[in-house]
Amino acid sequence: MNAGRTTDALLYLDGVSVSFDGFKALNQLALLIAPGEMRAIVGPNGAGKTTMMDVITGKTRPDTGDVLFDGGRHDLTRLDEATIAELGIGRKFQKPTVFESHTVEDNLRLALKAPRSVFPTLAARRTAEEKARLDELFATVKLDAQRRTQAGGLSHGQKQWLEIGMLLAQDPALLLVDEPVAGMTDAETFETAELLKRINRTHSVVVVEHDMAFVRELGVKVTVLHEGSVLAEGTIDQVSADQRVVEVYLGR
Amino acid sequence: MIVQRLAGRLGLSELAFVAIVAGLAVLVPLANLTMPEGSLLHVSNASVVLFGKWMCYALLALSLDLVWGYCGILSLGHGAFFALGGYAMGMYLMRTIGTRGVYGNALLPDFMVFLNWKELPFTWYFFDWFGYAALMVMLVPGILAFVLGWFAFRSRVTGVYLSIITQAVTYALQLAFFRNDMGFGGNNGLTDFKDILGFQVQAQSTRAALFALSALALLGGFAAAKAIVSSKLGLVLVAIRDAETRTRFIGYRVEHYKLFVFVVSAVMAGIAGALYVPQVGIINPSEFSPANSIEAVIWVAVGGRGTLVGAALGAVLVNAAKTWLTAALPTLWLFVLGALFILVTLFLPRGIVGTFGAKFLGRRGTK
Repeated sequence: MNAGRTTDALLYLDGVSVSFDGFKALNQLALLIAPGEMRAIVGPNGAGKTTMMDVITGKTRPDTGDVLFDGGRHDLTRLDEATIAELGIGRKFQKPTVFESHTVEDNLRLALKAPRSVFPTLAARRTAEEKARLDELFATVKLDAQRRTQAGGLSHGQKQWLEIGMLLAQDPALLLVDEPVAGMTDAETFETAELLKRINRTHSVVVVEHDMAFVRELGVKVTVLHEGSVLAEGTIDQVSADQRVVEVYLGR
Repeated sequence: MIVQRLAGRLGLSELAFVAIVAGLAVLVPLANLTMPEGSLLHVSNASVVLFGKWMCYALLALSLDLVWGYCGILSLGHGAFFALGGYAMGMYLMRTIGTRGVYGNALLPDFMVFLNWKELPFTWYFFDWFGYAALMVMLVPGILAFVLGWFAFRSRVTGVYLSIITQAVTYALQLAFFRNDMGFGGNNGLTDFKDILGFQVQAQSTRAALFALSALALLGGFAAAKAIVSSKLGLVLVAIRDAETRTRFIGYRVEHYKLFVFVVSAVMAGIAGALYVPQVGIINPSEFSPANSIEAVIWVAVGGRGTLVGAALGAVLVNAAKTWLTAALPTLWLFVLGALFILVTLFLPRGIVGTFGAKFLGRRGTK
């Protein structure tokens, strides 16, 4: 379908531009994520991190550029959110968003990989297989004690983990995680880094984050965004030694 | 099996609701038909009609709660579905009058003869057959909801904008039905019904039967709604209500879910309207009035949205108050209704059942 644009990358962005009322949120952005990779994306406010997530998940249509998924098999600019989610891209929002009046278990149950259309969902029954999957997830996100708690009653950090659990439940090929440790304690931040590393063993992950200590903890390739395009790419030590990155971050 | 599965999920207040409505369906007709007038146990003829109306309103409230309470779609035009169901039934009742009309025309209802029409408009074809009319009772509101929902949900119209659109639709229908050339009796609507399925509409036994049917329809509507909200689809509906974007990003096509529940709800409202019309003996464009739809929203708010039984209870309580107040202090009723809405919003945001009955609601009531 996308002949001539073949790529091995799991996610391929090239020449992506988005503008809102003349403001260029993304400007000729190019990004490649390899299968199995974990990548950290950093950048000051307004660098285009969230817009990039919006473009990948189908919330925003880019003005120009290619956004391809799964070795170029799918053109994400033509698909809507639900289709992209079903293709295997899960997204965690910056502000933890869970279904507050459902129990923690029901939150995960809704996210589990299963037919998403109306009538199969109406007829869906609890199965042993589903229960096994849920047990597995509870072990990963460590919320077993809160299983029957209403999600609205969880702490901020627990909500973040629940939301990550919901992503895992979909079993996506790629997880997009927007500022997972914002508002977390140091201990929770460390736990979250461990959790993401565990997840990365079986999934590709893109983490957008402000917290440099956390990014260092992850120990992965870092991409620095600035004014909607890539400013630098490399290990955390390389990019933090880059003169332009220092300028952008310190405003000199 | 389905009954068993459902019964296992009912809470105390829901079991009480089912028992009371089922009890009324039997006892009210019995007390009306077998007890001598003047006996304490006698239910007057007027009361049977009044209670029957309340059952229909309760079903309308239930249908509204399904979309508003569970999926967050605040429809301010649900009265339109109720009225359309009512008109479909009214058309059947008109066509069965036959030669007993004032003008004695076998084919044309009186108002058409009066307007000098020579032929039956195609919209009235087949309405002399009850099965067809019953189908239209569900189909017409269902199709309107489908078309309206298709465009609105696909374009992601939500919140107050959707409410305004639904309100505009019912108002537009009211204006359209006022027109004589629409062919639905214009201003006067449809009335002077003679019989339904061969039974005299005015006969007391027919009225008692209609009451019992309305109570059973309310129970059926409750069973359907409860089955929907306690399924996995019900979880998705509440998820959409609480975090629509999140629901979309985990792969649910939100507009399809909204469309499904909106259509089911409209069909329920249509059935309520169809049962209402033979009991009150008339259907006219005022049933489309926006105020009617807003009143239904108040019933649900008072009873407790997202509780189903609360919606039904709210409909009965508010209408009981209306019956009493419009007789005792007719000028005050609208002020009382307005004050009630404000007070409930401020002090009982979860309504009567949501506040006092939450722990008796059983699995997956509101929180």
